[in-house]
Amino acid sequence: MSRLNRQRNIIDFTLSSLLRRKRKNTALVLVYTLVVFGLASVFFSTQALKREACSVLQKSPDIVIQRLVAGRHDLIAESYVNKVKDIRGVQSAQGRLWGYYYDPTVGANYTLMVPDGPFRGEGTIVIGKGVARTLHAQKGDLVPFRTYDGSFISLEVDDMLSAQSELVTADLVLLTENDFRQITGVPRGFLTDVGVTAKNPRELATIAEKIRRLLPDTRPIMKDDILRTYETIFDWRGGVLLVILAGSIFAFVILAWDKASGLSSEERKEIGILKGIGWETSDVIVMKFWEGAVISLSSFLLGCVFAYIHVFFTSSALFEPVLKGWSVLYPQFRLTPSIDPLQIATLFFLTVIPYTVATIIPSWRAATIDPDAVMRL
Amino acid sequence: MIEVMDIRKVFNSGRPNEFVAIDRVSLSIEQRKITVLKGPSGSGKTTLLSILGCMARPTSGRILLSGREITSLPEKFLTEIRRTTFGFVFQQFNLIRGITVLENVILPAYPIGESPVVLKKRAMELLSLFNLSQKASSKVEWLSGGEAQRASIARALMNNPEVIIADEPTANLDTRLSRELMEIVGNLKRRGKTVIIASHDPIVYDSPIVDRVVEMRDGKIVAEANGE
Repeated sequence: MSRLNRQRNIIDFTLSSLLRRKRKNTALVLVYTLVVFGLASVFFSTQALKREACSVLQKSPDIVIQRLVAGRHDLIAESYVNKVKDIRGVQSAQGRLWGYYYDPTVGANYTLMVPDGPFRGEGTIVIGKGVARTLHAQKGDLVPFRTYDGSFISLEVDDMLSAQSELVTADLVLLTENDFRQITGVPRGFLTDVGVTAKNPRELATIAEKIRRLLPDTRPIMKDDILRTYETIFDWRGGVLLVILAGSIFAFVILAWDKASGLSSEERKEIGILKGIGWETSDVIVMKFWEGAVISLSSFLLGCVFAYIHVFFTSSALFEPVLKGWSVLYPQFRLTPSIDPLQIATLFFLTVIPYTVATIIPSWRAATIDPDAVMRL
Repeated sequence: MIEVMDIRKVFNSGRPNEFVAIDRVSLSIEQRKITVLKGPSGSGKTTLLSILGCMARPTSGRILLSGREITSLPEKFLTEIRRTTFGFVFQQFNLIRGITVLENVILPAYPIGESPVVLKKRAMELLSLFNLSQKASSKVEWLSGGEAQRASIARALMNNPEVIIADEPTANLDTRLSRELMEIVGNLKRRGKTVIIASHDPIVYDSPIVDRVVEMRDGKIVAEANGE
């Protein structure tokens, strides 16, 4: 009980002590919160984007087969699909038609894709929200496309893709096989690539090896590889942001170090008085520990809460251009709120611990002064 | 009660600026008496006061508190002794600015671990003893010199120490307030406290309530006189 009271008494004094230096501490909490906010926003966004992209990719084929010519992705013959289907362990093999289309009028790139299974009639398209926004297109509008031979065809917007999948469908245009071939010039009998689903996911490596042997001019790309690439891309984007933030983090470190480590003469005098009237060195350190902890913990919590709101309620409004990409077609979507405890712990160790330590060391130095120094203050 | 034997205190020992503040001083402080260390600035009275109050260690010599040798006790134990046995009144009052008078008075008791309610009650009793109840929630910087000195005495009494140590307590007070302070010191003596004061103020060392005056010069005791 006495130990508890001691801590309680010291915390009481710490709080009134903090209130005395309102300006200094408010400024510190403000800057500190801002830095935690920045870091937490990057962490939260990157993680949530990765999760979002990965969850969409879960539905993609286990292996994608691309044909290579001179090391570059080339069209693949339809006959390859049946060859792949005959490989043991393959559940299904589906030829895919997709490509990119540059729209010079708005300066945006779309992804053209022929969906699996039956699609709406010729001359119609289904577009992603990003495309719709860029073209100001609505259901029933005609969108002109310039074909590979220089002529134009107009396709009617039949529907729009749902907002939930906007992260990866913002720039998507779904159309029929005939329209696709007419725009892109991909000849009949050829596909962009082949998607393969395996009966047993544990046999993927064996199937990929068989594909490599059977079709030596192709490369099988595993879903895991694509997932890794996505992760790398988002990590890279997070990294770019961190570099941008590095300046402010560095400035904060200097400020925090200066504020935390440089005790003012007033603070030194106070420590002297406390020692003089019977406080032990450990009492002073406990007090300074609580002082640092109150500032860093409140800033940490505030920063995290603001970052949470920023990322999950405003869709990272401040970082949008860097984190999401997609040239001029920024996806507009809400990330699913989720917090990774490991990230919180990392953030905690990057911010709270260094600050608290930075406050304790100089106080410990000041607290080890002889108590009789107070007689000469 | 407190006995120092053949003590020396040397600052910057072995360096060109070596300075002997206390030179082979032996002194015995009696219980429930007022002892004044008198002497000019630099005579060593504040240093001797620090050693008597367990704030500083002598370079050589021995200190006994109620017959117990405390010279070589570790810092932790000395702090404990300082906290429970001594109450300090400083020349500059040394109250902590920005917090209330009440909080300042409670300060020495915070690390003891008593409940805040008990601490507050005791501090309020002390403040009422020194007519400062009305000022309990005022910031210390709003106090007058006399009030600040009384608050610092209340703080010194917070842990109910046996000995009150005061360093130049009248240095920042006018004559009237200095006499008032000596009345308070007299009351403390009547309450059974031992008081040791370092001062070169005649209002202090000529006061009839003082039992003993020890005169110092150049770190040595040069004369001693007992009060009437």
